[in-house]
Amino acid sequence: MAGMFSILRKSEFLVEVGHIARFAARFFSEGFQPRYEFREFIRQCYWVGYKSLPLVGITAFIMGLVLTIQSRPTLVEFGAESMLPSMVAISLVREISPVITALICAGKIGSGMGAELGSMRVTEQIDAMEVSGTNPFKYLIVTRILATTLMLPVLSSLSNAIALYGGYLGVNIRGAVSWHLYWSQVFDALSYGDLVPSLVKTFFFGFAIGLIGCYKGYYSTKGTEGVGRSANSAVVVASLLVFIIDLIAVQITDLLNLT
Amino acid sequence: MEARAVIDIDKLNKSFGDNHVLKDFSMKLYKGENLVVLGKSGSGKSVLIKCIIGLMDPDSGTIKVLGEDISDYDRQQLDKMRVKVGFLFQSNALYDSMTVRENLEFPLRRHWMKETQERSEVDALVMDALEDVGLAHTVDMMPAELSGGMRKRIALARTLILKPEIILYDEPTTGLDPITGREISELILEVQEKYNASSIIISHDMNCISITSNRVVMLIDGKCYEEGAFSELRKSKDEKVRNFFISDSSIKDKKDENQTH
Ligand SMILES: Nc1ncnc2c1ncn2[C@@H]1O[C@H](COP(=O)(O)OP(=O)(O)OP(=O)(O)O)[C@@H](O)[C@H]1O
Ligand SMILES: [Mg+2]
Repeated sequence: MAGMFSILRKSEFLVEVGHIARFAARFFSEGFQPRYEFREFIRQCYWVGYKSLPLVGITAFIMGLVLTIQSRPTLVEFGAESMLPSMVAISLVREISPVITALICAGKIGSGMGAELGSMRVTEQIDAMEVSGTNPFKYLIVTRILATTLMLPVLSSLSNAIALYGGYLGVNIRGAVSWHLYWSQVFDALSYGDLVPSLVKTFFFGFAIGLIGCYKGYYSTKGTEGVGRSANSAVVVASLLVFIIDLIAVQITDLLNLT
Repeated sequence: MEARAVIDIDKLNKSFGDNHVLKDFSMKLYKGENLVVLGKSGSGKSVLIKCIIGLMDPDSGTIKVLGEDISDYDRQQLDKMRVKVGFLFQSNALYDSMTVRENLEFPLRRHWMKETQERSEVDALVMDALEDVGLAHTVDMMPAELSGGMRKRIALARTLILKPEIILYDEPTTGLDPITGREISELILEVQEKYNASSIIISHDMNCISITSNRVVMLIDGKCYEEGAFSELRKSKDEKVRNFFISDSSIKDKKDENQTH
């Protein structure tokens, strides 16, 4: 019985994956034909980028600070306290800051889009756009996916900078490293091999978050309960996808470094 | 009444899985008339007018709007048709994120395909449409700040702003109190006279039907079961038809009683 259920769930899962893939294909086929919804795209960038900035900034700052404070005792044990800025910089830039930024955005933006589009679907606003001479897929979906795809790298870069600043304060809570020395150690430790892959993967994070948020909202089932469910599953699926993409990105970076 | 049909529906079929909603449904809307479609909840009235405006594809059958078959229209042709055919949604469908002004501008700007239309020209049209429904003072409010009746009127103004020749109303008075309902019905009548518009009105509100209708079509079991003037159908001997009117008038009597107490 349990086995049957899991098979059923698995096939539902595959159907869902198929639908999302088709949704993504539609984005690529319709998204790059006129007419372009430039205004709405800017509005979405503002909403995604600017409105998420405080949350992303505060989290990044605390992350940098805490990571530094937590790492110090271990490094002290190995007599490698002077490595602290380099270590913090590498872990933040390579992994922690992009992934945490993406997770915050999956929570904030993914659920926001799921709920907004879901309620637009349920209250026929999407149909109303259609009869008002507007392709709702282009107007609502393409603009949102593009906005998250382009804004996530920006947010993640800012998060890097703020987290590293948090790291600077963390280093200076005990011990003293000058502003200048801290940053020169940080930049010595970081190579393009750290920066570029971590930037590239944030594009994919952004795409995944926009895609899932929009998909869940656009195909929201009728009723207000459906709106809540869309928002909720948008967050769950988008967060999961962020980790999966991260895993794949790390593998690829690893392979490329080997060759 | 002229005999020119502005909408001609022939043998329309639409089903969702096993649920056959419309079965060989045929109907005509003549120039300048108010046609009421009456049917139970879930009988497919919304599906019917969504097929007319191209929001749903029928499985088979033809729909002619202003003499042209719309079944293989592409998006551009549909857009052109939708300038002439207005649609008032059952749930109003006002854009929550926009002010009343932006809501009314939306169809104007989008259909004209010009984002840079003269400000003053657009403003004048918006104010005209709002004055028609008596809500000029709400122009800078958000839909969430308005009452249900006001929202319905704003939605009506948004439908009328393009001066459509045909208007499809999906339950325009449902969920409103009888007085507001009557105001909306009278607005619909005014619109018909002012613009010489032809309308399909979906409703099961007897007050609304008695005020607005020139002709009533009964949608039962996916077919056009009966049609005629409101006063005729009311006296119909067919039980299925009369049921609609009986149940409603008894409720109305109760309502009247409540009011006198
Ligand atoms: N998108 C859809 N997918 C599946 N079934 C649908 C869809 N839209 C409508 N239906 C089904 O079609 C039937 C008719 O629905 P419709 O909304 O047209 O009813 P209605 O006559 O407008 O009722 P009401 O007076 O309650 O608005 C219902 O049984 C409904 O379940
Ligand atoms: Mg309906």
